[in-house]
Amino acid sequence: MSLLSNNDPTKSEKSSNSTNDIPTIVIRPTRGLKLLDLREVWRYRELAYFLINRDLKVRYNQTIIGAAWAILQPLAMMVIFTLFFGKLAKIPSEGVPYPIFSYTALLPWQLFSRIISESSSSILSEARLVTKVYFPRIIIPISKAIIALVDFAISFIILFILMLIYGISPGIKIIFAPLFIILLLMTSLGISFWFSTLILKYRDLSHVLPFLIQFWLFITPVIYPTRIIPEKWHILYALNPMTGIIEGFRWTLLGTGKGLTPMITVSVIIAVSLFISGIIWFKQKEGTFADMIGA
Amino acid sequence: MGEVVIKVNNISKLYRIGKIQRATSFRELLGEAIYTPFRRLKQIFLNKPYHNQVTNEQQEMGDVIWALKDVSFEVKRGEVVGIIGRNGAGKSTLLKILSRITEPTEGYAEIRGRVGSLLEVGTGFHPELTGRENIYLNGRILGMTKREIDRKFDEIVAFSEIGKFIDTPVKYYSSGMYVRLAFAVAAHLEQEILIVDEVLAVGDAAFQRKCLGKMRNVSKEGRTVLFVSHNMAAILNLCSRCILLEAGRIALEGETSKVVEEYLNRATPALTYINLNNVQRDGSGMIRFKHFEVTNDMGEPWLYPNRPAIFKMTLETKAPGISSSSVRIAIGVRSSLGEYVLELQTSFDKYYQNNIFTFPEITTITCTTKQFPLRPGTYYLTLYVDYQGEVCDRIRDAVAVEVRESDYFGTGATLSATQGYYILEQRWEREI
Repeated sequence: MSLLSNNDPTKSEKSSNSTNDIPTIVIRPTRGLKLLDLREVWRYRELAYFLINRDLKVRYNQTIIGAAWAILQPLAMMVIFTLFFGKLAKIPSEGVPYPIFSYTALLPWQLFSRIISESSSSILSEARLVTKVYFPRIIIPISKAIIALVDFAISFIILFILMLIYGISPGIKIIFAPLFIILLLMTSLGISFWFSTLILKYRDLSHVLPFLIQFWLFITPVIYPTRIIPEKWHILYALNPMTGIIEGFRWTLLGTGKGLTPMITVSVIIAVSLFISGIIWFKQKEGTFADMIGA
Repeated sequence: MGEVVIKVNNISKLYRIGKIQRATSFRELLGEAIYTPFRRLKQIFLNKPYHNQVTNEQQEMGDVIWALKDVSFEVKRGEVVGIIGRNGAGKSTLLKILSRITEPTEGYAEIRGRVGSLLEVGTGFHPELTGRENIYLNGRILGMTKREIDRKFDEIVAFSEIGKFIDTPVKYYSSGMYVRLAFAVAAHLEQEILIVDEVLAVGDAAFQRKCLGKMRNVSKEGRTVLFVSHNMAAILNLCSRCILLEAGRIALEGETSKVVEEYLNRATPALTYINLNNVQRDGSGMIRFKHFEVTNDMGEPWLYPNRPAIFKMTLETKAPGISSSSVRIAIGVRSSLGEYVLELQTSFDKYYQNNIFTFPEITTITCTTKQFPLRPGTYYLTLYVDYQGEVCDRIRDAVAVEVRESDYFGTGATLSATQGYYILEQRWEREI
């Protein structure tokens, strides 16, 4: 991924100087394309760690149920979905019990929606930091995503318990599961990079976002299998990257669907382009975040 | 010493004020959201600088302001440089650019060394976390490594005087404790270059004194400091060199005492004044106070001990043409305990006595003192004017004046309430 290399011509930090080891920082306006300086992000990893730690601590200190929240939310939704869509609407579930079918999709879906809703407002919610200290701003949405990942990991344990109860074993295909999680992270972060920046300028976007996520749930095969969509629409359907991701995730764990189909390829392309364009956009705007917040 | 560590070259910063009020409706938003990326892409591909979007028309419409314009200067290692100027002169913008919080529109700056910027104490403090956790969080945010914080931890706690509350969530702290802890972290930053904005304006007098002392130590350690303050005493005390900003440009640069003096000379009084048309008063009414205004030499509506004070009053007379020699104006100063501590009077001033004039219908008179001699606190001013000994207008406790904390002796010491009201310049030396 040469785009993410660190030969950034506009804001360079030469760590090895001819005379000694003191870095020289050059501050100048952003001109043209600005790339992500991974080395710098790495240098600030401790700050990211503290931001994550702070949010987790605060959350688990404040709520009585703490970590249980991460489990309860998808579990409750699964129960509701099973009742209404599984039992009442009798939506087909590819031969696996509906609770497992929906829960397997709900996990990545919740991760996706949480990253988007939290990361998108993250620059604004950390306004005090952004206007008072320097650090690579990209750390903020990324650390929000990692927090969502922690919840995801916790609720994943429940999935294994459910699979045990229903006697479903994932098989060797499970090794592909992380791949789909990475794709999911790229998609949701890509969107977050766009939104977190746009929200600074258009504050009412934050009202549009929950609506968008809800709408998105219905064009993604969470409640129903992709099979009920006519074949000829599949490529169009896959333009929603979450289609391929959820479909693929289910395939790796439950063996439903067709696995690595052209549909997934489309989703991969969309996910990667969202991610990369998001980074470029974010870096482009980064230098003026403080001004936009100050407004 | 001698090596240039901060080099600022023609830095300008443009703010677009028109943009702020735009695009808040949903329809506009959608249009913008669709349109902006394309415009952006076009710019990226044409490699056009972002700010070229600012058209001449916008400039003329007043949609844009240059918060900074062509600012250039250099700072050598170990220097403590003060940046002064009135509100809106661009001081904070300059510090924000040098702290990399926002980028300049034009020009560039080079900084050699790690920068610790202290634009606000307690940045990133979280009320739910304990003092200990917040020290680590805040320290990290301010750019310290975990090892540095570990090493300085005890020192920070001692400085903050928080003691056993260190493991209590800061939401239970008093505001004083909160500020002390926040400053304690900031005061122990280890970066080679410190950028400090008006941090001395926190805490009670005793803690402010401690902070000032700490700042002085930092400069003794040979670190480079850029220091913004409205507190001229602190600037004079700490800085070897000073930069005066005016409307985004460097108006003057040089030795601190000269720059501060020039700044004080240029300062114009603020627009805040007190309307005296509907207040309780007595007297014949032949001459009356219409407006009254108190400012310090920086135009702020409060005073500092040992610094100039400006009292400006507008008088109206029903008998224009009377001679100033038979008019006596006085300002009486009472302490918050009700004691009469000071009086200013036209008959105390030889200049006024020697420059007789006739009163037109409306007259504006200013009374200035070079060194306001009272300790910090609130004082009440009684305004008084008589004509040939007959009281024309008297407004008791017409104005409350705040005399603010500052380093008025220049030593960090302060006068406590039990030591009287008066601040007097003094010299103590060994006799040879």
